Amino acid sequence: MQLTVWTYEGPPHVGAMRVATAMRGVHYVLHAPQGDTYADLLFTMIERRQARPPVTYTTFQARDLGKDTAELFKRTARDAYERFKPDLVMVGASCTAELIQDDPAGIGQTIGLPVPVVPVEFSAYQHKENHGASETLYRLVRACTKNGAPRGERPPGPKRCNLLGPTALGFRHRDDVTEVTRLLGQLGVAVNVVAPLGASPADLARLPDADFNVVLYPEVAETTARWLTKVYAQPSVNVVPLGVGATREFVKEVAALAGVDPQPVLDAQLSRLPWYTRSVDSTYLTGKRVFVFGDATHAVAAARIATEELGFTVVGLGTYSRERAREVRAAAAKYGVEALISDDHLEVEETIARLHPELVLGTQMERHTAKRLGVPCAVISAPVHVQDFPARYSPQMGFEGANVIFDTWVHPLMMGLEEHLLTMFREDFEFADGVGASHLGGHAPQAPKLAEPELVAPVVAAPVAASPQPAPVAAAAQAPAGATALAPGWTAEAEKELKKIPFFVRGKAKRNTERFAQERGLSSITLETLYDAKAHFRS
Amino acid sequence: MNAPVPSLPTIPSAPLAARPVLRERGQHEVFCGLTGIVWLHRKIQDAFFLVVGSRTCAHLIQSAAGVMIFAEPRFATAILQDQDLAGLTDANDELDRVVGRLLARRPDIKLLFLVGSCPSEVIKLDLSRAALRLSRSNPKVRVLNYSGSGIETTFTQGEDACLASMVPELPTVAAQANDPLMVVGALPDVVEDQFKRLFDALGVPVTFFPPRRSTALPTLAPGTRFLLAQPFLAATAKALEERGAKRLSAPFPFGVEGTRAWLAAATRAFGVSDEHLARVVEPSEQRARTALTQARERLSGKRIFFFPDSQLEVPLARFLSRELNMSLVEVGTPFLHQDHLGPDLAMLPADVTVSEGQDVDRQLERCRAARPDLVVCGLGLANPLEVEGLTTKWSIELVFTPVHGYEQAGDLAELFARPLVRRTRLEV
Repeated sequence: MQLTVWTYEGPPHVGAMRVATAMRGVHYVLHAPQGDTYADLLFTMIERRQARPPVTYTTFQARDLGKDTAELFKRTARDAYERFKPDLVMVGASCTAELIQDDPAGIGQTIGLPVPVVPVEFSAYQHKENHGASETLYRLVRACTKNGAPRGERPPGPKRCNLLGPTALGFRHRDDVTEVTRLLGQLGVAVNVVAPLGASPADLARLPDADFNVVLYPEVAETTARWLTKVYAQPSVNVVPLGVGATREFVKEVAALAGVDPQPVLDAQLSRLPWYTRSVDSTYLTGKRVFVFGDATHAVAAARIATEELGFTVVGLGTYSRERAREVRAAAAKYGVEALISDDHLEVEETIARLHPELVLGTQMERHTAKRLGVPCAVISAPVHVQDFPARYSPQMGFEGANVIFDTWVHPLMMGLEEHLLTMFREDFEFADGVGASHLGGHAPQAPKLAEPELVAPVVAAPVAASPQPAPVAAAAQAPAGATALAPGWTAEAEKELKKIPFFVRGKAKRNTERFAQERGLSSITLETLYDAKAHFRS
Repeated sequence: MNAPVPSLPTIPSAPLAARPVLRERGQHEVFCGLTGIVWLHRKIQDAFFLVVGSRTCAHLIQSAAGVMIFAEPRFATAILQDQDLAGLTDANDELDRVVGRLLARRPDIKLLFLVGSCPSEVIKLDLSRAALRLSRSNPKVRVLNYSGSGIETTFTQGEDACLASMVPELPTVAAQANDPLMVVGALPDVVEDQFKRLFDALGVPVTFFPPRRSTALPTLAPGTRFLLAQPFLAATAKALEERGAKRLSAPFPFGVEGTRAWLAAATRAFGVSDEHLARVVEPSEQRARTALTQARERLSGKRIFFFPDSQLEVPLARFLSRELNMSLVEVGTPFLHQDHLGPDLAMLPADVTVSEGQDVDRQLERCRAARPDLVVCGLGLANPLEVEGLTTKWSIELVFTPVHGYEQAGDLAELFARPLVRRTRLEV
């Protein structure tokens, strides 16, 4: 058993729903108890989809269990077909129905529907949402291509590719597809099929017509792309165009596969990020300590953008996707940090508190954590929230995506001059700790709340319980909680001086000074010690 | 059973059995009982709710909450994994381990609910035995269990199951002259305080169940009278009656009329005169009537259709029909408790369709055909119906907002009026 409060990923059948809902002409018959219908609201409320997801649930009850739930599934599947007349029916079970072993897959094959019936089965007690989406796409593509039936001649004309991976309820998938399609168009490459978003089963059958595949979201589409490579000899572009550097590599890779010249697109200066980040206003971004967490693809890409394109320092990098831990570990090694592979948000929170980053690039979970810790944050990855479906065009990928990322990450940070003024005039009454920077709405960061036992005790204590090595974690976790209470050893004068340091770096200054004093065996921290330590850590 | 309470003159006593009920059995588009944890964990401040379930359960609670409540919540899910399904002994050991860790982390917890889920019930994990075992090994914590599973409970029935599990814990006291009335059902603190003031002014001693702290459980004496504040507490009422308590039958306290009749059930049982009641509630009723005026202008004559959700539908429909002059098309409810809802049902117009259970696609067909002015439905249906040109009110807000009693009558009406007002404002 795993003790969980919030989850980064839903169960695997929600991943299957993301694929079914993204497509046209597909209906998913799900053997599930009534509560599982909650998943509909993810799509209708968070994504504001205008139609119900194409899912029919059996909603069996306890009283059905003694009778024939398999019969209920049969009836539900037949009725759903009659009502919705889809081109393809997916059948499967949610976690509870998996336990009663009615075999929806087998039933689906025997009820004689006049359309293909594709079973999607998972091990719900082992796998999660992204796995479910990935498996579902793979099963559908195999079914719609008749298990890799030979394809005809590829039509003549410009080279064409498929865009694989975008789903319903995906983080900026809608706009990424538009942006990448535009970029491919600039290269003279046509899009054959986008899948699963907006595709019909007939479209999936046309996937083999493309010359190559572009994998936008490896979490969802890598398995499918690999199979297409094996069966149809379609190469894949595996560079995900997140950030200017990756987008340029993407352009080159696509151009190579399509046999076109990438240079006009590369020379066109399609992103403002390179100039904005070089402009002197951005100098203050240099070396900002960032903590990065998300799905593996977005986290690895964000770490690269942070380092190479914004000049930040990555102090932590992690993912909740255990399946893709390896690539995150490799990236973390590059930045000299240890990868955090965890789907326990309390462990992530504890790590953020310990690392004292100046910016958090994370999911909605980390946004809440960062808010509590008083650290600016930008969201870079699913799990999604209603705010991740903005009304405006807001891709993450391609050159426009890089512009969006620049704005999204830089705006939460202290602007250069304001930061200086805060440092110079600590004693201005309106700069008091309780008053935050104006760009954060003039509200105080909520760091002081950490001192309240109701909030901090569980937050800090939780990872202790979850950790196999409680002692060091506990010690480290004390830091944020104790930030406002000075340890013995500070002289009154030094303590007063410490308070003149802006609140958002004070914790770091305090810890550094104490470490400095401890390492030198000093019994008290004076004004001199404070500045000695400052000079030491600067050098 | 207790004798029927004499009804107020305004309440017609139509024969209950006469009303036909459309019973549906198909896809139920409703939450399971786990959802109740979202409000219960805030109501009882020293209680913790541990769902023994799957990732789906955890995902449901976090999604149903709409926004994540990001203070450290007093609930969590122990997610069953492959190895837990292999053998129940192991699952029990795992549960003990998880609870041990949890209690070590939250020493402030005095009451722990082990909440059963669909998977825990299907694998027949006996949480009542686990609760006994854990109570013995953790003497400072009372450990109870109930089922919030979707195969057993629908949405608000989770609260019912939770409260019913607490009934055996209520201390018994000897019969006393001034045995207080017990108001049963979780109410927002602000509403509870208002009712407390009213009962004090009326001279009716009162306790509330559930209490805000598990260490302050109300007591039961032989013949303790109780009044349900929520219409979904069938099992709790039964458990209380089995312990000798007597339920006072009344309409539920929504709107002026409902609140007056609900209070009257108490005052009559406690020998308080109707005149005194009228005097005490006069200022509140005056305020409530004023508050309803504007909403009545907007809602009068409008046709409303309820999809089943919380079991609040029947009393709310009664309020909308009688105090706001709305016209009821269909009143759907997941479960119709004829006895508890008798007084409210009796006040519904004769021509309304009352439906119990659900076949969501058929109900959608009825709704589309009827083209009501306002549809009360769950979050999965609301936006798609708006796209079809229907105006909707999310039903979950009726559970998550203070709506009981006089002082909330205007707010309750406003919840229904706002979507209609919004439609008239927008010009895009």
